[in-house]
Amino acid sequence: MKLTKLLTGAAMALGLATSAMAEDKTKVGFVYVGPVGDGGWTYEHDQGRKAVVAEFGDKVETVYVENVAEGPDAERVITQMALQGADLIFTTSFGYMDPTINVAKKFPNVKFEHATGYKRADNVSTYSARFYEGRAVQGTIAGHMTKSNIVGYIGSYPIPEVIRGINSAYLHAKKVNPDVTFKIVWAFTWFDPAKEADAAKVLIEQGADVILQHTDSTAPQAAAQAAGNVITFGQASDMAEYGPLPRVSSIIDNWAPYYIARTKAVMDGTWTSVDTWDGIGPGMVGIGEISDAVPAEVKAEALALKDAIANGSYHPFTGPINKQDGSAWLADGEIADDGTLAGMNFFVEGIEGDIPQ
Amino acid sequence: MIRLEKRPQPSRAWSIATPLVAVLATMIAGGLLFAILGKDPVEAIRTIFWEPLFGEFAFYYRPQLLIKGAPLVLIAIGLSLGFRAGIWNIGAEGQYIMGALFGAGMGLAFYPLEAWYIFPLMVIAGAFGGWLWAMIPALLKVRFGTNEILVSLMLVYVAEQFLASMSLGLLKNPEGFGFPGSRNLQQYESAHNADLIAGSGMHWGVVAALIAVIFAYVLLNRHMLGYQIRLTGEAPRAARFAGVRPARLILFCLGASGMLAGLAGMFEVSGPSGQVSIDFNVGYGFTAIIVAFLGRLHPVGILLAGGLMALTYIGGDIAQSNMGLPSAAIQVFQGMLLFFLLAFDLLTNFRLRLGKPEVA
Repeated sequence: MKLTKLLTGAAMALGLATSAMAEDKTKVGFVYVGPVGDGGWTYEHDQGRKAVVAEFGDKVETVYVENVAEGPDAERVITQMALQGADLIFTTSFGYMDPTINVAKKFPNVKFEHATGYKRADNVSTYSARFYEGRAVQGTIAGHMTKSNIVGYIGSYPIPEVIRGINSAYLHAKKVNPDVTFKIVWAFTWFDPAKEADAAKVLIEQGADVILQHTDSTAPQAAAQAAGNVITFGQASDMAEYGPLPRVSSIIDNWAPYYIARTKAVMDGTWTSVDTWDGIGPGMVGIGEISDAVPAEVKAEALALKDAIANGSYHPFTGPINKQDGSAWLADGEIADDGTLAGMNFFVEGIEGDIPQ
Repeated sequence: MIRLEKRPQPSRAWSIATPLVAVLATMIAGGLLFAILGKDPVEAIRTIFWEPLFGEFAFYYRPQLLIKGAPLVLIAIGLSLGFRAGIWNIGAEGQYIMGALFGAGMGLAFYPLEAWYIFPLMVIAGAFGGWLWAMIPALLKVRFGTNEILVSLMLVYVAEQFLASMSLGLLKNPEGFGFPGSRNLQQYESAHNADLIAGSGMHWGVVAALIAVIFAYVLLNRHMLGYQIRLTGEAPRAARFAGVRPARLILFCLGASGMLAGLAGMFEVSGPSGQVSIDFNVGYGFTAIIVAFLGRLHPVGILLAGGLMALTYIGGDIAQSNMGLPSAAIQVFQGMLLFFLLAFDLLTNFRLRLGKPEVA
């Protein structure tokens, strides 16, 4: 116990010494769960990293490690970055939560930022995006565009993040098209082109002519293109190469403003531990160009909804909303609180099927 | 003309030399790959092989080698017993998962009780879980003659579904705000497989791996059963004449390898990993197959091979962040190791001859 403390102490001194020698260059580390070329989740985090480099030039040095498995490997890679003098480390997957907290305890002078988690410390912030706001826009377009009234949804894991997205998309599709039904397939992966393509095919065979995905690859887009007469939405990144059809719009994760702001805060010495959950308004969630395959009035409606969410005049979870079992959740005009949204583990009324247990 | 000529007897010298030659060839071919990617090949190889052992932060990486290597060695030792006898357990990954689920399940069942007997019970449960999962292909093979390669491999995917179900349902942390994943066993003292000396990386899984190496060595060299395993692999007909009962051997080899894989999973989930989560398994069960062959199916060889694999993993991650090497290049590098091993293995049984074939 004593020995480790001594060693980490020495390591920290070393780390500080090296970073001081490098003429106050701020070193920022990024830990990625997938490959930077996934075209989705990790790709967008890496775009954020590049934006930091573009913004600060010589004043920063960024490092990253991709394809880091959640668990002990993540803990080792995060420690490695801290040892080598990183001042700020972004850990960009939910499964890095406990490893991030463990490492943060050993390196009190290094700042950590964990994406999508709920555990914080004096030197650990959390950040996430309100993707459900984008899902509301998506659901509106989907509800208008479907002819078979069947919308297919490729879920990754049945976690609050994904369930929230399904609920938001469903509520807004239902609002513009009362006959709409959702078919949900759980892929149990964030990134697996083969599985995602299979899921898309199954949904198309079952009559879905709109495919929404909460997985990161472009495989469902390709499957929809092959099937024809099916529309899709880009996920995490724009996936514009599949436009104007099947991809009619997208939800874009835009981490750049946040990453730049947090790096600046470390440089200025103003960094404090915060819990950030930003949406369309601050620009963390972007809506990709709505293609001409969407009728003008639908496009206008979707953009109006986007603006209303952005300026705060509308919240996608505004009552009356019942839970799937028919029990009341939100009364007329009532707005969901962030706590319930963050831990959402139920479908809203009208969605068929169970959340896997 | 170069041609291959079968050696009358496998060459002992080559069978020891091939792993070393394979490592060298991997370094050369890998260095070329890194050079093509525009990185300094010498620096890359040095970062992968030298940095974790003797670099500036070796005090941190050396214990990590034990953490990364222990499950590989533990699983590979079990697999090597079967592989020697021609019994192919390809599903160690599934047995690893089941061991972790049984072990963690046993621990969590007692939560929050603190008692000395919880951890030993978890060890037994973990071993039992892995054994049970391996018994499925074993019994099917003995009873119906099914192919254990296919059955054990397919059961990996079944185990992964169990893992997902447990993370989302039965073992989900009730205080986890609806997120998947169990309680963290690192925060439950009686169930925590902590470092025996803090910061040393020496947890019970490492101890178990070392014991397994010694046991396997004694079994194969000093015990009747070990003799039967070797005989069955090398001369199946002779083995039958010598009174080896294949069914008993299949049950033993699959059972033992399943048990060790289960133990590896249990030590991992209660220690370095801490949590049952959907992505708990990271491929140790498959990598261990490489380790077993890299180590020539010999206990001591496996110990060294496990260390080498762990080194390439840790060094590979360092090379990624220090030199900006893509992770795919590191994976290709690791893949080359097995490729070259199998390629040079040819020289154990064949020799290269220049010139025309002689008339016999």
